[in-house]
Amino acid sequence: MFYREAGDFKTTYAEDNQTFPIAFDRYRYYAVLLIGVGVVPFVINDYWASAILIPFLIYAIAAMGLNILTGYCGQVSLGTGGFMAVGAYTSYKLMTAFPWLDMISITLLSGFMTAMVGLAFGLPSLRIKGFYLAVATLAAQFFLIWMFNKVPWFFNYSASGQISAPERSLFGIAVTGPNAEAWVKYLFCFGFVFVLAWIARNLTRGSIGRQWMAIRDMDIAAEIIGVNPLKAKLTAFAVSSFYVGIAGALLFTVYLGAVEVGSAYGIVKSFLVLFMIIIGGLGSIFGSFAGAAFMVLLPVLLRNILTGVMGWDTALATHFEFVIVGALIMFFLIVEPHGLARLWALLKDKLRLWPFPH
Amino acid sequence: MKRLLTVATASLMAASPALADLVFPDLSYRTGAYAAGGIPFSDGYQDYFTLLNQRDGGIGGVMTRVIECETAYDTERGVECYESTKGEGALVYQPLSTGITYQLIPRATADGIPLHTMGYGRTSAANGDVFSHVFNYPANYWDAASVIINYLLEENDGSLEGRDITLLYHNSAYGREPIRTLETLAEMHGFNLEQLAVDHPGQEQGNQWLQIRRSQPDYVIMWGWGVMNQVAVQEAANIRFPMENFIGNWWAGAEHDVTPAGMDANGYRALNMNVLGDLPVFDEIQTLVIDAGLAAGDGSNLGSVLYTRGMYAAMLAAEAARTAQEIHGVAQIDAAMMRDGMEALNMTNARMDALGMPGIGPEFAVSCEDHGGTGMARMQQWNAEAAEWVTLTDFIAPDDSVTTPLIMEDSAQYAAENNIGSQCNPS
Repeated sequence: MFYREAGDFKTTYAEDNQTFPIAFDRYRYYAVLLIGVGVVPFVINDYWASAILIPFLIYAIAAMGLNILTGYCGQVSLGTGGFMAVGAYTSYKLMTAFPWLDMISITLLSGFMTAMVGLAFGLPSLRIKGFYLAVATLAAQFFLIWMFNKVPWFFNYSASGQISAPERSLFGIAVTGPNAEAWVKYLFCFGFVFVLAWIARNLTRGSIGRQWMAIRDMDIAAEIIGVNPLKAKLTAFAVSSFYVGIAGALLFTVYLGAVEVGSAYGIVKSFLVLFMIIIGGLGSIFGSFAGAAFMVLLPVLLRNILTGVMGWDTALATHFEFVIVGALIMFFLIVEPHGLARLWALLKDKLRLWPFPH
Repeated sequence: MKRLLTVATASLMAASPALADLVFPDLSYRTGAYAAGGIPFSDGYQDYFTLLNQRDGGIGGVMTRVIECETAYDTERGVECYESTKGEGALVYQPLSTGITYQLIPRATADGIPLHTMGYGRTSAANGDVFSHVFNYPANYWDAASVIINYLLEENDGSLEGRDITLLYHNSAYGREPIRTLETLAEMHGFNLEQLAVDHPGQEQGNQWLQIRRSQPDYVIMWGWGVMNQVAVQEAANIRFPMENFIGNWWAGAEHDVTPAGMDANGYRALNMNVLGDLPVFDEIQTLVIDAGLAAGDGSNLGSVLYTRGMYAAMLAAEAARTAQEIHGVAQIDAAMMRDGMEALNMTNARMDALGMPGIGPEFAVSCEDHGGTGMARMQQWNAEAAEWVTLTDFIAPDDSVTTPLIMEDSAQYAAENNIGSQCNPS
């Protein structure tokens, strides 16, 4: 009944190649966009913005970035936290050195800076793969965090080593800092998510995405049919780091406002984003969103139910939160090893025939 | 899932009663690597408010209500806790984490809710002319560093010339805070300062202690918290470092920090900003709160170092609320009035006696410019035989001529970065 191709005729190649070829799917996508832009900003409050929607949007960008590298190009990375820190510290240095620069440029420049760093740390991927590459990126994680802790220039010689985002505005409206309105911060992140997801989707189904996937599936075969592994792997590292850097920059400027590199961008963050793409689905843009939603929203939801509704002791609730989230991760991976994206695809298949399956 | 979430938050909002009480959120951490310190502090903080409700019917006739929110010492969860509790009429936040404090300073200032970061957080917030909504009385980290050095000066007949002092610190904003002061002091008194960082959570300190064993410093000063303290004391015992030359700050001087090392921890010294021992108020808490089954924890922490400090923090908050009620002449105060009360707080010995906590802290008065209190602290030593802390000194004063210029310099930088004008004398 839903998601049916029947009666949905395409008369041009462009129509046939669009991201959402099924009309119902396309309308659902427009509806989500419309609600995201037209409804949410008017009803959002500080709690929904700061605790739920903004972290979800930012982690979705990070998950898309890692998904490009790990899900599409097959290069495992444990350096996500470190690359996010590069984005955050670039933003901080730009914001304090050039106060007149607008936030969009700052965020994009942070992404480009991270892409450079990602390229440098991607070079070993030409010689090593699998677990060995994971360890090399782990080194990037520890090196970058150590560097931001050690070199006082990065945190402008402040006594505590913390960086804090000063107030910066866009078109005269504060985007960062404590006086920024919830809806502004939300729309700012939403804009980045929309554009980046659109680019990611089109990159991954174009020629460069096909090269990445060829490398992922079998690098020797890919090389024989003419894919340049140097170009494919390094572009994957660069694009992925660009996304991750933007996520790190937004996490610092828009969401947290003040950051201590060890706790905000530690190894825990690398694993968190890796879990997001594994649970959401490797090699899927939708999976990045689903995984980010799962890992960000579920703990908040559990906390609200356990302590708010059921009145549990906060310590007990926190321990149970670990148990429940862990059990759910195992459950999902056993039931569907390909992640939430695959479950979603199966559901769509079922819905085509519903309510009259064979 | 989103709909479930809406239902959950909606029921959360509905479950909370209307604003007919004084709300004191408690951002606690009873889980994670720092729970050992977080639990007794939170117990003390909550039990004191329960005592006020049971004994006096709240503050000035209005009941108090504590909302507990678990942060696990994590900054992101701290932000979520802040956002989820601030709408309930929160009067003052006490996050007990320097990292979360840094997050909350701009947010709370914008929302007009005061922060009380007692002996932690951003030291330069003592300058109330810049940080209008942040209070760190009765003492801050730079005071602590200065007090330790003053104490050591006294012990060494007024000179530390050529001595080697090692700072072992938690590699975070918290641990890095005293460095600037210690560097200045090292230059002033001619001692050599070596800095050794311990990364979160602090369980691995083998390298640092190997370094200490090699360099054999005269003193080791520690800025530690949570599991780091226990490991450090054990490691010091392992390399047979003379315990009496190992000195912790006031967050590294609780019972649970030294008991795991057993008899080896005997002689370890630490700062404290409150008194120890039996206070009359403990009997009241025992009968009215713990025996009545209303305690926040299991009641076993009553009288411990951090329980006492949590209770002290709650007392300072309650007294500030009382002062605010007097200033504004209303019983149901809001966060802005609470701020005025904190700024007009005057702790006297007579008041502390009346509250059943004689001499729990130094006497101090807060003003618009000075949010930092006197900065005095005591030195205490662990007696492993009797399993108790022995207070060695009376309250020692820090060297304000060192800390004040540093506070002015750092707060001026913050004011310049964030375009903050004078808060006390707005032009």
